Amino acid sequence: MKPMGIETWVRNGLRAVGLGWAGIALSVLNLPLLVLWIVALALTPAAGIGMVALPFATSLVRARADLARRLAAGWCVTIERPYAPRPKGSLPVGWRRYKWILTDPATWRDLAWLLPGAIIGIALGAVSIAIPLYGLEGVTLLPLWLYLGVDWYGYGLFWPIGSFSQGVLSFPQGVLFLMTGLIAAPQLRRVEALFAWTLLAPTKNAQLRLRVAQLTETRSDTVDAQAAELRRIERDLHDGAQARLVSLGMTIGLAEELLDRDPEMVRKLLAEARETSGSALVELRDLVRGIHPPVLAERGLDGAVRALALSLPMPISVDIELPGRPETPVESAAYFATAEALTNVVRHSGANTAAVSIRHTDALLTMVILDDGRGGADPSAGTGLSGVRRRLAVFDGTMSLSSPPGGPTVVTMELPCALSSPKTSPFSGTG
Amino acid sequence: MRVVIAEDLALLRDGLTRLLEAFDFGVVEAVGNGPALLPALLKHRPDVAVVDVRLPPTFTDEGLQAAIDARTEVPGLPVLVLSQHVEPLYARELLTGSGGGVGYLLKDRVANVAQFVDAVRRVADGGTAMDPEVVSQLLARREPLAALTAREREVLAEMAEGRSNGAIAAKLFITEKAISKHITNIFTKLAMPPSDDDNRRVLAVLAYLNA
Repeated sequence: MKPMGIETWVRNGLRAVGLGWAGIALSVLNLPLLVLWIVALALTPAAGIGMVALPFATSLVRARADLARRLAAGWCVTIERPYAPRPKGSLPVGWRRYKWILTDPATWRDLAWLLPGAIIGIALGAVSIAIPLYGLEGVTLLPLWLYLGVDWYGYGLFWPIGSFSQGVLSFPQGVLFLMTGLIAAPQLRRVEALFAWTLLAPTKNAQLRLRVAQLTETRSDTVDAQAAELRRIERDLHDGAQARLVSLGMTIGLAEELLDRDPEMVRKLLAEARETSGSALVELRDLVRGIHPPVLAERGLDGAVRALALSLPMPISVDIELPGRPETPVESAAYFATAEALTNVVRHSGANTAAVSIRHTDALLTMVILDDGRGGADPSAGTGLSGVRRRLAVFDGTMSLSSPPGGPTVVTMELPCALSSPKTSPFSGTG
Repeated sequence: MRVVIAEDLALLRDGLTRLLEAFDFGVVEAVGNGPALLPALLKHRPDVAVVDVRLPPTFTDEGLQAAIDARTEVPGLPVLVLSQHVEPLYARELLTGSGGGVGYLLKDRVANVAQFVDAVRRVADGGTAMDPEVVSQLLARREPLAALTAREREVLAEMAEGRSNGAIAAKLFITEKAISKHITNIFTKLAMPPSDDDNRRVLAVLAYLNA
């Protein structure tokens, strides 16, 4: 645990005591929720009512459980939502919806939590409030007793208070209780959160199901993106290089025909043919750069990002430390994500300078792009950043954006991956 | 003039050999992979080497690395590097610590035979041949260049590609005297020390652009 200052420590304790109150209040709701749900289930034979009432009661129970999950997150206990995803096909209504709810084990686990969760919530809440309150009593007892003559029977170790010195000792005891209370309250919150975790967290099965749902989504995104990419490449080749090669063949064929009759024309045609082959090469080069930049193949992420930074119309400082290279698909995703982020900086940020930093620690490739522009970037506004997010999601990567109005904007991208040791170190020579 | 060629595609290797021999170059060795290049360069000490960036076995930048290594061992060994794509990053590496005799061109340029042969000769003579593509990429990103007139930018681009005053004058259809005036202006505006030597001039320009 990190050492913390007395102020944060007190604030943390007070927050926990306050949330103890909230915990009690919320726990009190659990019982009526449980009753409501059971009644709704019991009303199932009265088809009309049950069909509507049960989903409604369930959504209330889930809202309560979600609240518990959110509160647990405040004490470093992460509880993911375990609910089964919507069944395939049209929006489930009526009986199908009913079945979806009742066959989801998470529904039953929520219900199983309601009562014990309430008991633990109330008990721990009460304890975390009572200790500091008792401390407060001890601290205030002495002045009240001395100046107002209020009669106290006993406090702490002394029942009854038999002497003046025992009365005075209530003060240090009170301080001790107060401190204990403030230390204990966050721990008690944590215990409550951990208990919630045992029932509200996804089971192994549910975790797998969530993972499958996530993979299905990213896979379909990937397939779509790849299909679109292939279509673009096909179109570019068809309209570009391929058409130029056809025209090249025709020009050369014509030149062949004219060789004896009109050498001057042949010279013109050949010059034209050379021009056409040049344009075809330019188009192919641009296309290749978009598919997999050659410098990425040659130099890896490090060299490719440096080359990119050199080609952009603003000074960009590059700080990359990579002991090896990731797998090619991951490397490519990392490169295009970085390139997209940098392009956004150039296009939209109004920045004078930008910085890229790439590191690999603990099997995580981290790319940070920072600029001194006007900030206020909205990831949902353009397709650029959501494209980056999709690209990274394929490899379980993430992107986060911090862009307060006025800047600076920081894009942080993370990709879990291993690095292979470099095949040849630069400048190692081959002789 | 003795030449070593390094190119992995047989079609292009033979084409280059044929082309250079047609212009009275003697191709002493044509290698098809990276590991063979450095020994060939050190053995023949050619007047100029024409090297593809990407070579087997790793198909990364072996040709470039071998060229740089060879120039470390034999300073000033003239090398003309060819590639399907050009990167200012590679241009900078080639020029770092060089005493001239460096070229870096797109393979497309070979199609213009006269210009290509001219570039090979220039590099062999210790001059420089930079691809217009590299130069234009560099010119595109430098704000101080805004101070230059359109004509001065043209002259700067030609200069960075490695052309002499005479050649620039011929290409832009103006007198050599006007060219030197433009160049003096460019050097003043960019606060670069003026220099007479063609090659050092290129290096100064590129070093400035790359800074």
